[in-house]
Amino acid sequence: MKTLLILGAGTGGTMTANQMARHLDPTEWKIIIVDRDENHYYQPGFLFIPFGIYTSGDVIKPKRNFLPPQVEMIFSDIELIEPDENRVRLTRQNRVIHYDYLVIATGTHLVPEETPGMVDGGWRKNVFDFYSVDGATALNRFLKFWKGGRMVVNVVEMPIKCPVAPLEFIFLADWFFHQRGIRDKVEIIFATPLPGAFTKPRASAILGNMLSERQIRLESEFNIMEVDAGNNLIRSYDNREIPYDVLVTVPTNMGADVIERSGMGDELNYVPVNKHTLQSQRWENVWVIGDASNAPTSKAGSVAHFQLEILIENLLRHMEGLDPLPKFDGHANCFIESGFEKGILIDFNYDVEPLPGKFPLPGFGPFSLLKESPVNHWGKMMFRWIYWNVLLKGEEMPFESQMSMAGKWS
Amino acid sequence: MTNQISPLLQSVEFDAEGFMTDPNAWTPEIGSAIAQALGITLTDRHWLVINFARQEFAATGQPPTLRKITKSTPVDTKEIYQLFPGGPAKTAARIAGLGKPTGCI
Ligand SMILES: Cc1cc2nc3c(=O)[nH]c(=O)nc-3n(C[C@H](O)[C@H](O)[C@H](O)COP(=O)(O)OP(=O)(O)OC[C@H]3O[C@@H](n4cnc5c(N)ncnc54)[C@H](O)[C@@H]3O)c2cc1C
Repeated sequence: MKTLLILGAGTGGTMTANQMARHLDPTEWKIIIVDRDENHYYQPGFLFIPFGIYTSGDVIKPKRNFLPPQVEMIFSDIELIEPDENRVRLTRQNRVIHYDYLVIATGTHLVPEETPGMVDGGWRKNVFDFYSVDGATALNRFLKFWKGGRMVVNVVEMPIKCPVAPLEFIFLADWFFHQRGIRDKVEIIFATPLPGAFTKPRASAILGNMLSERQIRLESEFNIMEVDAGNNLIRSYDNREIPYDVLVTVPTNMGADVIERSGMGDELNYVPVNKHTLQSQRWENVWVIGDASNAPTSKAGSVAHFQLEILIENLLRHMEGLDPLPKFDGHANCFIESGFEKGILIDFNYDVEPLPGKFPLPGFGPFSLLKESPVNHWGKMMFRWIYWNVLLKGEEMPFESQMSMAGKWS
Repeated sequence: MTNQISPLLQSVEFDAEGFMTDPNAWTPEIGSAIAQALGITLTDRHWLVINFARQEFAATGQPPTLRKITKSTPVDTKEIYQLFPGGPAKTAARIAGLGKPTGCI
């Protein structure tokens, strides 16, 4: 009996388990998946919690519901990966699992402790993150009764997962304060280490415009050194200070600690992979899907889904002794909520910048790329249903995994 | 680039953003001249960073990220911002004769 071991049962791990269960003969293969948390979180939904659009109940479901019966699910912390021995150690009952193939899907997590002062004093009182259920829920309680003042939104360092989420947060905040009738009492500042509103120059220009139209101040190339919780201000390495009444932070994102403990990661604990095949650069039976890899594309659920088909094909090919195909092109896309029930869709890959145009979704489209429209907002709201019911099962989505140039203006 | 431009740099090719186009054409003297043009006088601490950046580039073909530098040398983040004002990873790459570090996505 051979073993396929999957580490992490989030977006990427769950999809992989579902797909491989369909392809592998159960009399020959055992599929095991490990995660420390019994809950599956729909992370894109975290964005809506601070504004009371979703509650935590809308974004949490039991992991087990999304896995087929023939997959063995183990709830445990992963202690150590020993890729030279084809072995993984779990904390629970000191269990040791020997594998033939390993898929790493341990994602990325927040490390607020990386910024001096962040978790002192103000944490979850007037310093919040919205990249976790607890942070988003605490922020919701705060905003419910807030009378206005200065809100600073800060990205600590890149890369972060879903790099557009901070902008979406700002657009929704602008809308939320309008609805509450206090927009004139709220000053919103976006402090980012990037030179502009976003990573890709064309999208950055358009999104930057949307910020100024909404009277949101952009403080670019702001590399935060510390949170001075006593004085309610953030300070950068070049000694700029920004005072806040409420600080909404996206803390440093890092790959799982177990990757570091196992000596398998780069300086941010991401596993080096061949960016076109998703195979580990060092171990040929180790593969990586989703946020856990160092592939130079966005860390997003949509990316994990675009990778899935290629990962599955390459795993199956490798099991048959064939070479993996270099098919992953870095394809990423994101619905961006821009408030007032509108949205934007951006779509790009390793080589092509976000383009203006319409995105062809057979049966759903067209969604406007890089232009605000109500359809895009409904795209995002519909996505939660698609996520739970279609995506996690690894089923066909109304997207293609290699970027299609149809419908785009170049 | 306001300070005096060393004659040494006249034969060196730069791209539109001021990065050397050929990392192999770099010498420590050219590095010092670029630094000077940027208004930076190089100390031993600068050289720790520059030498590391050269090494990393030789090994991986990429200039190192800021985090990689601070994790692999005794220079911490606060100090590196003092040594290379502005964007430290970018400025260090420029002085080390390397291309622009790839931005994040
Ligand atoms: C606020 C927010 C908004 C977002 N919006 C979007 C969006 O609009 N569109 C989009 O495409 N993406 C979005 N994303 C990103 C998306 O949610 C992630 O990129 C995606 O979930 C990544 O999947 P993954 O499988 O790589 O990691 P995850 O789904 O995070 O799963 C990793 C799993 O590994 C487990 N794990 C890690 N270490 C260990 C260990 N040592 N032991 C045991 N278990 C471990 C964790 O418990 C977790 O279950 C958003 C994310 C956030 C936070």
